[in-house]
Amino acid sequence: MKWPFIKIIPKNTKFGFVRFSIPAAIVSVVLCIASLVSCFTLGLNFGIDFKGGTVVEAVWNKPINLAEVRERVGNMNLRDVGVQDFQEPNQAMIRFLPPEGADASATVDAVKAELRSIMPGVTFPRVEVVGPKVSEELGVNGALALGIAIILVVIYIWTRFELQMGFGSIVALAHDIILTLGFMSVTQLDFSLTTIAALLTIIGYSMNDTVVVFDRMRENMRKYKKMNFGEIIDLSTNETLSRTIITALTTFLALLGLTVVGGETMQVFTIIMLFGVFIGTYSSIYVAAPVLMLWPPKRGGEAAAAKAAVDARP
Amino acid sequence: MLHVARWRILAVLIVSLLGLIFALPNALPQSVRDGLPSFLPNKTVNLGLDLQGGSYLMFEVESQVVYKARLEAVADDLSRELRGQRRPGELGASKTPILFSGRGLSPEGDVVRVTIENAADVPEARKRIEALAAPVIGLSGTSSGSDLDIRTTPGNVLEIRLTEEAKVSMTRRAVSQSIEVIRRRIDETGTKEPAITRQGVDRIVVQAPGESDPEKLKRLVGQTARLTFQMVDESVSPAEAAAGRIPPGSVLLPQPGQPNEPFVLVRRRALVTGDNLTKADPGFDQRTGEPSVTFQFDGAGSRAFGRASTDNVGRRFAIVLDDKVLSAPAIREPILGGSGQITGSFTIESANELATLLRAGALPAPLKVMEQRTVGPELGRDSINAGALAGVIAMLLIVAFMILAYGFIFGGIAILALAINLVLIIAAMTAVGATLTLPGIAGLILTIGAAVDANVLIYERMREEELAGRSTALAIDAGFKRAIVTVLDANVTALLTALILFYFGAGPVRGFAWTLSIGVVTSLFTAILMTQVLVASWYWRVKPKRLPI
Repeated sequence: MKWPFIKIIPKNTKFGFVRFSIPAAIVSVVLCIASLVSCFTLGLNFGIDFKGGTVVEAVWNKPINLAEVRERVGNMNLRDVGVQDFQEPNQAMIRFLPPEGADASATVDAVKAELRSIMPGVTFPRVEVVGPKVSEELGVNGALALGIAIILVVIYIWTRFELQMGFGSIVALAHDIILTLGFMSVTQLDFSLTTIAALLTIIGYSMNDTVVVFDRMRENMRKYKKMNFGEIIDLSTNETLSRTIITALTTFLALLGLTVVGGETMQVFTIIMLFGVFIGTYSSIYVAAPVLMLWPPKRGGEAAAAKAAVDARP
Repeated sequence: MLHVARWRILAVLIVSLLGLIFALPNALPQSVRDGLPSFLPNKTVNLGLDLQGGSYLMFEVESQVVYKARLEAVADDLSRELRGQRRPGELGASKTPILFSGRGLSPEGDVVRVTIENAADVPEARKRIEALAAPVIGLSGTSSGSDLDIRTTPGNVLEIRLTEEAKVSMTRRAVSQSIEVIRRRIDETGTKEPAITRQGVDRIVVQAPGESDPEKLKRLVGQTARLTFQMVDESVSPAEAAAGRIPPGSVLLPQPGQPNEPFVLVRRRALVTGDNLTKADPGFDQRTGEPSVTFQFDGAGSRAFGRASTDNVGRRFAIVLDDKVLSAPAIREPILGGSGQITGSFTIESANELATLLRAGALPAPLKVMEQRTVGPELGRDSINAGALAGVIAMLLIVAFMILAYGFIFGGIAILALAINLVLIIAAMTAVGATLTLPGIAGLILTIGAAVDANVLIYERMREEELAGRSTALAIDAGFKRAIVTVLDANVTALLTALILFYFGAGPVRGFAWTLSIGVVTSLFTAILMTQVLVASWYWRVKPKRLPI
């Protein structure tokens, strides 16, 4: 057994990534379409951050009959009442929209009183009220943040690399975000402000990966002026492969602890992040780079490009 | 070859030392921190409300109410001006009356319309309206035109609106006044260090750490607390008033807690308002022993109330708080001393709250709760513990992984860089006063995972260079030089997204952006400078023939 284990990973792998790029592209396209369909049919499970409304977490000192809570709160003339069990049998999470035109905070008081009357000895560790105007703004801001993040990242890649690479990265980003949204829609995970944070982090992570591969491609394009573009992609992906795997692993390990012990609030975040790490790694290899084969960047001016085109012929 | 400039070594040492000094107070208990000499920093990192428990409340100032009040005042003054009546205290000859249709004027929505009977009077009417306008005070304190927009429309109709500048300026003033009032109210209750800030144009955010009773906070902050003393209108019987026969100039107001008189008909005009109070204290009614609030008017208030009570002995007046009648006692004798007491259905607590509200003054406009987030202190503590545990697990897993993958030397260097990185993040957050939130902890843990990436990039590059046939020293040198470009490019994108998150995110999410962006900067430092110094010093000490990776 050799140790350090890094020696086990062969130093120059020669996987033919490009060979599988067509099936991979088909898989990606199918998954993206499926995700979009899911988003439009199943929809996303928007939390109160974006839908507006109230969430009250109640903790009793004894187990509580959820059915009774459901019935009593359900009869309170509130809209969209939802009562969920929450970790322990003595906890409940109550969501609702206050009656049209009613004061949100007065409604919270009424609900608290009702819960107290069902069974005394109750505390409320978390109460959140988001008004309709605020939820709308949070939604607009979230969408803006995602949009601007994508644009800025693409501009950066365009200026540091080539226009074509900027294009490749935007396709990869769109792929990652669509798949993550599809994942959220299928699992019906709560879509909250933290989800926007997770999506932005996925963008950052996925780009980090893509940049590393692009960086190597740029270097290899200068180094091997005659190599055809598919080979450049394969070479660069192989050369950065051990790094890609190790970084994905360390990030995965870091998030693992958080998923297990981080508590309900953080779990959704880390689950999305774990999914994003996986997707981001995949998209750097199979989305961002193959897109460049459709529209290859120029290599050292017109002459070199023409020459490369000639070389590329079988 | 593999030369590390002396300034780099110095920079690494100094920054690490500073990091330790700034981060250290976070690891010490309060008692030790208090004993630290004053030249050492003793700040700890700010915890967000989701970690220490507390209430976040966002209110919107209903500036429409302020606009409406101004238009009502203009309408009132205008009908007097047009009739040629003198203002109270105004000297000189009275003006010629101008005929206009209708008995009185009141705003419809955001406009006051007055139809002048005689076309020839329109310019004079316009002149009198213009005299009612007040200058708008801009941000710089300079006047920027009048607050009234007066238009002549066909049919001799004059339309009066507030100008946009006036609205902006009134909103701004209402928000600043509200913040002042809220601060006074909260200070009185002794809630610890609340943060009261303006947000956007017409919003106010109140953050009260440790406040476990947000409802009380909301009652205290959200109540307008406009107290008025108004005469009860006894010209029609209560039954007639309830049937809708309300005389002009009067209004039917609810009187909660009085089942035998649920509504009271009162004159609109206030005799005295809460603005004229100098003192308000909770007390007990000497006759009934019930909780009450005693108050004292200022000079002008005493005179006005004295005059009104002298003229109206035997009649009733109403004490009105935010359009609800608290009580409606009869005036037995003129009240000249300027002090009195308010009874009503108070509990000791509500009497106490009302006194607090009256002392702090009324809000210029009602506040509407837009957003409320409350976290109990226990849940906050649980979150910190869970976050810390998750952090420890993440750290252990990564330490084990790096040692297994890269061995004691290179793995150890990466771990040392990572540890210093964490210290630096905490130190930087402490020093700049950034807020650590629950998503922030997640960001910190994510940084633990991502920060080793830079080390991995550098190490992998070294391996390649060695494989390409370079000597160990050259491989290390080239590994650094080439990997750094990649590390920089890769981190700029992460930093970009973190900054966007910071700009658009609110509350806890902003805490995430803090840790993420600080983490990117510190990991560049530890990965590039620190790893280089460590690897180089290892090389010079050991002079290895081959890289151990």
